[in-house]
Amino acid sequence: MALDILYFAWVREGVGAPSEQVDPPAGVEDVAGLIAWLATLSAGHAAALAEPARLRAAIDQKFVSLDAKLAGAREVALFPPVTGG
Amino acid sequence: MIEVRVQEAPFDAGVELDRLQRLGVGGVASFIGVVRGDGGLTEMFLEHHPGMTRKAMQAMADEAAARWPLAGIILIHRHGRLVPGDPIVLVATASSHRAAALESCAALIDLLKTEAPFWKRESFADGRHHWVDAKAEDDLAAARWH
Repeated sequence: MALDILYFAWVREGVGAPSEQVDPPAGVEDVAGLIAWLATLSAGHAAALAEPARLRAAIDQKFVSLDAKLAGAREVALFPPVTGG
Repeated sequence: MIEVRVQEAPFDAGVELDRLQRLGVGGVASFIGVVRGDGGLTEMFLEHHPGMTRKAMQAMADEAAARWPLAGIILIHRHGRLVPGDPIVLVATASSHRAAALESCAALIDLLKTEAPFWKRESFADGRHHWVDAKAEDDLAAARWH
């Protein structure tokens, strides 16, 4: 299951890239599981994704909670709480 | 008339308000968010999720149009590098009822702060920079409208 991951703001800076394509192992079923698995990819990922409570997510360009299932997802964005306006 | 724009370029609030005024419906309410220059701030960088931003803003505008009797809505949000005094965001609504114009304008700016995928990074004269944290009071303000 190839997934496009997008990172924004300090998550992007911590990971060191704005996006990447990944193929998570079976067993990674929801956003929280994906975050935990991504955190194992590098020291930068680990630091940026260390506190899931500080992260928000969108699947295929819709905001979701971290317990949202990944089934059928093509793109997952991970970012801090938004600060527009 | 609902118009939603996400752009790097500046906007001319006077021109945009004039377009709503020419609808001739009685009242135009507006809010212009401006980069603040206090605390030695020299630059604000606005990052956004390009695939998502416009859709999220359009959804807010559609909700406002369904809730209040509005003749026009203009939402403009900038991204990229801005300096103190630069306009960041314009929310403008036109209605034959002043309460509808004022309330929908307030709702839209509250929702833009919490439900549009933008992130602000502030840079200061002494070289510091940091990503702005979301504020709990902004969430409370937005929750009033749901």
